[in-house]
Amino acid sequence: MAVKTIISRPIYGTLSPQPGKHHLFIADAEGALAIIDMAGKAPSGFFDGAEIDFIPGPEGKHIAALEALEPAQLHLPPSFASLLPRLRQTLTNAHMGLRIYLAGTEGLIGQAMQVALEAGIDHTSMQTEHRGSLARRMQCVHCKGITENVTTQPALCSHCGLLLLVRDHYSRRLAAFQGVCINAEDRSEIPPMEEAFP
Amino acid sequence: MSTGTTKLDVVVSDVVPVNELVTRFHFRRRDGELLPTFSGGAHVVVEMRDGDRTRLNPYSLMGSPLDTREYAISVRRDDVGRGGSLFMHRQVKPGLEMVISYPVNLFSLDLRAKKHLMLAGGIGITPFMAQTAQLAGVGGNFELHYTCRTASLGTYADVLRERYGNRVRLYHDDREERIDLDRLLSSQPLGTHLYVCGPAGMINWVRDRAAALGWPPETVHFEHFAAPQPGAPFDVTLAVSGKTIHVGEQQSLLEAMEAAGVDPPYLCRGGVCGQCETNVISHDGKFIHSDHWLSEEDHRAGCKIMPCVSRFEGRSLVLER
Repeated sequence: MAVKTIISRPIYGTLSPQPGKHHLFIADAEGALAIIDMAGKAPSGFFDGAEIDFIPGPEGKHIAALEALEPAQLHLPPSFASLLPRLRQTLTNAHMGLRIYLAGTEGLIGQAMQVALEAGIDHTSMQTEHRGSLARRMQCVHCKGITENVTTQPALCSHCGLLLLVRDHYSRRLAAFQGVCINAEDRSEIPPMEEAFP
Repeated sequence: MSTGTTKLDVVVSDVVPVNELVTRFHFRRRDGELLPTFSGGAHVVVEMRDGDRTRLNPYSLMGSPLDTREYAISVRRDDVGRGGSLFMHRQVKPGLEMVISYPVNLFSLDLRAKKHLMLAGGIGITPFMAQTAQLAGVGGNFELHYTCRTASLGTYADVLRERYGNRVRLYHDDREERIDLDRLLSSQPLGTHLYVCGPAGMINWVRDRAAALGWPPETVHFEHFAAPQPGAPFDVTLAVSGKTIHVGEQQSLLEAMEAAGVDPPYLCRGGVCGQCETNVISHDGKFIHSDHWLSEEDHRAGCKIMPCVSRFEGRSLVLER
């Protein structure tokens, strides 16, 4: 469960059905369980106007349970990158009355939100629920490179190789936590690396 | 000095009758300098010194925010109101020196929007005059739907049609023309923000339909200045200043406090901004709440009152002022 340490650190809620004409769900891995839990509270016919874009991940679980909700569309992209063109197209053609629900890892929620923000949707207008891994998407503030699925503290920048303190400071624009060099004064000083975001 | 109510010394530079009910007033600074910058949707509070009585009424600025040589407001004559609009129509002539507040905006555009959908009813057109001018200056995407009773009472409808062509759609009550609201709201591109200004019934209707059709609350903006309603006179004890005041039939509670030398903060004087919110220490009687600021729960609990628009009937009322 995310804790509000500084103002930019996102906190997530519990998905709940919103009034609207169309409903777009974007989820990965255990995020499917958030949709399935919410379905129990949804009015009948809710999923007739719903599209679910679900990235199953390597374990490939929960697909049958999502099919059982009988959404108007169920799309199973292998990765967020492969979902992106479709997501952009959907948002470009969408009308007011479309509601957005994001569930799963922070990296998925953040990146889907980034695309929806560009489409003009306020972040407070989206439903979010965090499920699964705490792994972070991190921007190195020095070389600006993005490293995905960071689980350790400190963490290595996969671009420039600096050892970074992974901060709670988050950018919605970049959909990434900020990583700042942890040993800038003395590079020989190497703090122990711990598994912080399992 | 109340919050946000820094004053401007102005002179009336022009008075222009627009139609049988509406007159436009232009103000310039007495010292010849430019007026402060404002954004579309802003209002000023105009001080009306009418004999020994001072009224303070808010009016939307309707000129272009790109031109601060003068401000313009449009005042609809209300023959049964508390007399502010009648004072403006009858007493205010070019050359009159007046005092107005700095502009305050409680109905601003959200410039992150991909498109601005504006719904105006009657004199509720005035903030949109400034907002459309602001957006047109930067190539903004907007669409204005304007409902008026008759063509002759469609204040500035001709100006708007000439300026913006098909981006302005008119609906005349006397021709039974009605906005197909559900269709309009359902056909807007994602990222649209909705703005509504007009009578309370229209605002409530639009807000209800927008919520039902899935418009998030952050995308729905509305402005309704509830003019203070006259009512039975009542007495109030102000515990902090140790005064007991009398609120006259044609006076608001806020005006009665000010007349007694108590100076609560205010911005809108129309029950929307929340500045003059006042705690109730004790009461024996019933509140007549007319604001859009306090929650229904606050209204029921009787723990707070908005003195700019709300009144009281009963034996005793003690306020924390």
